[in-house]
Amino acid sequence: MTKKQVTSQTEAPIIDAKIPEGHLAEKWTNYKANQKLVNPANKRRLDIIVVGTGLAGASAAASLAELGFNVLNFCIQDSPRRAHSIAAQGGINAAKNYQNDGDSVYRLFYDTLKGGDYRAREANVYRLAEVSNSIIDQCVAQGVPFAREYGGLLDNRSFGGAQVSRTFYARGQTGQQLLLGAYSALSRQVGKGTVKLYTRHEMLDVVIIDGRARGIIARNLVTGKIERFSAHAVVVGSGGYGNAFFLSTNAMSCNGSAAIQMYKKGAFFANPAFAQIHPTCIPVHGEFQSKLTLMSESLRNDGRIWVPKKKEDAEAIRQGKLKPTDLKEEDRDYFLERRYPAFGNLVPRDVASRASKERCDAGYGVGNTGLAVYLDFEDSIKRLGEDVVRARYGNLFQMYEKIVDDNPYKTPMMIYPAIHYTMGGIWVDYELQTTVKGLFCIGEANFSDHGANRLGASALMQGLADGYFILPYTIQNYLADQIRVPRFSTELPEFDEAENQISEKIKRIMAVQGKRSVDSIHRELGLVMWDFVGMGRNKAGLEHALERIQKIRKEFWSNVFVPGKAEDMNNELEKALRVADFIEIGELMARDALLREESCGGHFREEYQTEEGEALRNDEKFAFASCWKFNGEGEEPTLFKEMLEYEFVKRQQRNYKA
Amino acid sequence: MEKNINITLKIWRQAGPKEKGKFETYKLENISTDSSFLEMLDVLNEKLVRERKEPIAFDHDCREGICGMCGLYINGHPHGLDGETTTCQLHMRRFNDGDTITIEPWRSTGFPVIKDLIVNRGAFDKIIQAGGYVSVNTGGIPDGNAIPIPRHKAEEAMDAASCIGCGACVAACKNGSAMLFVAAKVSQFALLPQGQVERVARAKAMVSKMDELGFGNCTNTGACEAECPKAISISHIARLNREYLKAKFKD
Repeated sequence: MTKKQVTSQTEAPIIDAKIPEGHLAEKWTNYKANQKLVNPANKRRLDIIVVGTGLAGASAAASLAELGFNVLNFCIQDSPRRAHSIAAQGGINAAKNYQNDGDSVYRLFYDTLKGGDYRAREANVYRLAEVSNSIIDQCVAQGVPFAREYGGLLDNRSFGGAQVSRTFYARGQTGQQLLLGAYSALSRQVGKGTVKLYTRHEMLDVVIIDGRARGIIARNLVTGKIERFSAHAVVVGSGGYGNAFFLSTNAMSCNGSAAIQMYKKGAFFANPAFAQIHPTCIPVHGEFQSKLTLMSESLRNDGRIWVPKKKEDAEAIRQGKLKPTDLKEEDRDYFLERRYPAFGNLVPRDVASRASKERCDAGYGVGNTGLAVYLDFEDSIKRLGEDVVRARYGNLFQMYEKIVDDNPYKTPMMIYPAIHYTMGGIWVDYELQTTVKGLFCIGEANFSDHGANRLGASALMQGLADGYFILPYTIQNYLADQIRVPRFSTELPEFDEAENQISEKIKRIMAVQGKRSVDSIHRELGLVMWDFVGMGRNKAGLEHALERIQKIRKEFWSNVFVPGKAEDMNNELEKALRVADFIEIGELMARDALLREESCGGHFREEYQTEEGEALRNDEKFAFASCWKFNGEGEEPTLFKEMLEYEFVKRQQRNYKA
Repeated sequence: MEKNINITLKIWRQAGPKEKGKFETYKLENISTDSSFLEMLDVLNEKLVRERKEPIAFDHDCREGICGMCGLYINGHPHGLDGETTTCQLHMRRFNDGDTITIEPWRSTGFPVIKDLIVNRGAFDKIIQAGGYVSVNTGGIPDGNAIPIPRHKAEEAMDAASCIGCGACVAACKNGSAMLFVAAKVSQFALLPQGQVERVARAKAMVSKMDELGFGNCTNTGACEAECPKAISISHIARLNREYLKAKFKD
């Protein structure tokens, strides 16, 4: 193993990222050749808890059960099929090079690393690109109805941050189809009895015995009862924490609580500040609004983004005196095409989001709030015909029309950036193991592959790579030592203690009986996050956010009101427990953003930009993943750094212009 | 254009699976017609919480019409009167000032009520577990382009696969039948080469599980198709019937 280590501020080595020896292209092969395996008879004696049934969780649970392990799988929804991966629209990347347009494993690796603004781990990203092709094969075999050409072969589309077409898709419902594929594989194992499924169960803590993760405490969301589960290893694929912003494209129940529980039990939280703001979302329209809706990045294949060239036109549009269709070609500013001629409308998400914000801040925004830009299909409809556009994006257009009550075939869509995905998450080594032995973290919940910005169609790739092809190998390297360890009783004192702590926390929340609803406090937190820890961040703003979040925490614990009983189905209590953790996450995000005195990917510090307004990285000082260690309630966390030493790629300033 | 309306809601309240339920009436004022139906319920719940009352329990999650979690019986229709719309995609601009809106949970033997508007749809998972898959393990799979699939077949399979498992078809059916749900899955795999090996066994296993779980029979009234938020066609039921018959002849 080469030395890739997490170091503290004092540079003392703490933990090994366990990057295997060899050339980039040989690392994963070398790892698999040298890792320990568990024989079939022993697999039956080992229990694995998998929390989450999204792409990562479901694919991991199914694959581990197929191998012969006993799997306990948990989800908070009423069915595994409803995990938020279902909502992913555009597609999944793979380096198949079916289009003969020059794609390769290396190019997918390079695009992903560059797209992440050189803040991801080289070896992990290469492995991701390496297994990407198997994912497509696997999903086809499961009966996933990917889009096909007339000759019967798989079709591709283009996505941001790439100059090749490598995105596989199933209309605008790719996440749905991939998740249903993983769900069907999971269901097959549930039917066989190799996976025991617990729906409407929410993990509330991880149980540590002698320094290893050996179980979880979960709340049965139907009865409200606290239940205990033990296993030899715990895998968490609980998704991202974007709902700390209240308004995001995440589903309403997406939360960061499992991540916070792991963090509080010793797992490091890495790069919490790296959150992705997606450029093409339906703009905010009212204070009653509960969530934001994403319009797939795939729309940027055929849609052109613009604002009026003249301020007075923008003003007239905002006042409803002028329609976008009234503006002549020469009065429109296609600002992405203007600023980034090489990639045009297909620049990465962080770049597109910032460019939209820049135009709106400068007074060229449209919509009644001035916080919107146009995504226009007029040219494509002229070029391809309405039928082709409908076939490609029909369901998205329909979704838009239902929400906005406007026909995007006739007038351009209005879009604005919104929080969509969190690249940060629980720190994992090359084996996807956290800093707690036996505790693994997969999918969006970990920090591993996307650096400071995720490219479109890469979340599905990473979730399924982790679940189908990486974790089922790496977890065996851990479990091989555990074959003599008997099953754990949930009567052990460690379980008692964990359950007591949870029960106390719930009692405390129920006892506040204050005046504020959970949602009203969550909204307040969200506004602080959006205003000061959102698209443009600066030192003063972040310091202000930290103060405000302290106050919100105090408000929550002294003035929240949760009606009903704890031992019952109680949605307000569920939300309260999550919001308590969002407050912790919000603080961690602000702290991390304050620390990182550079701009990279989705993290834009206004003090650090080029003359042209592009993100200005500082590789000398910040080429590391920041890893935060919990030191107890009310204590400042300690920062550790995983230095990101690149052996194979030279860091450059990202350039999407030429 | 956006405006505000006043409405009266009659909502089914039921404290638990074995408790007796009843309709409660609520009045809401100044609801923006730009808000979604569920956002209107959020407003009501916020009001109830402020009045220190227990809010209405209802299922919802993605709020963009894909997770299948939401499902309310609105004015006698699953997901309301709009075509091809889930409850979360329904907007208040479809209602008028002064309207009374009745909201109930799915009502079907297969979906017992848990609380208020939340039902247990676990039966759908059990049906999939009985055979709604292609039996392939992870790994060792031939190239994705090894078997070409005619585009129209892939598209038709995709039409079927669009099912979000919300249960509106069952709620709409006077027999409480889950035929459209089962047919969508059976049809998706019957149309694809990957599904051929288990074609016969799948149809039999899924239908018999559906029967076992207390869902009714199909009498071709077509209510399921009319109410399906994803416009899944009952032609898939015809295909399921053919699949099932063929399977039975093979016995």
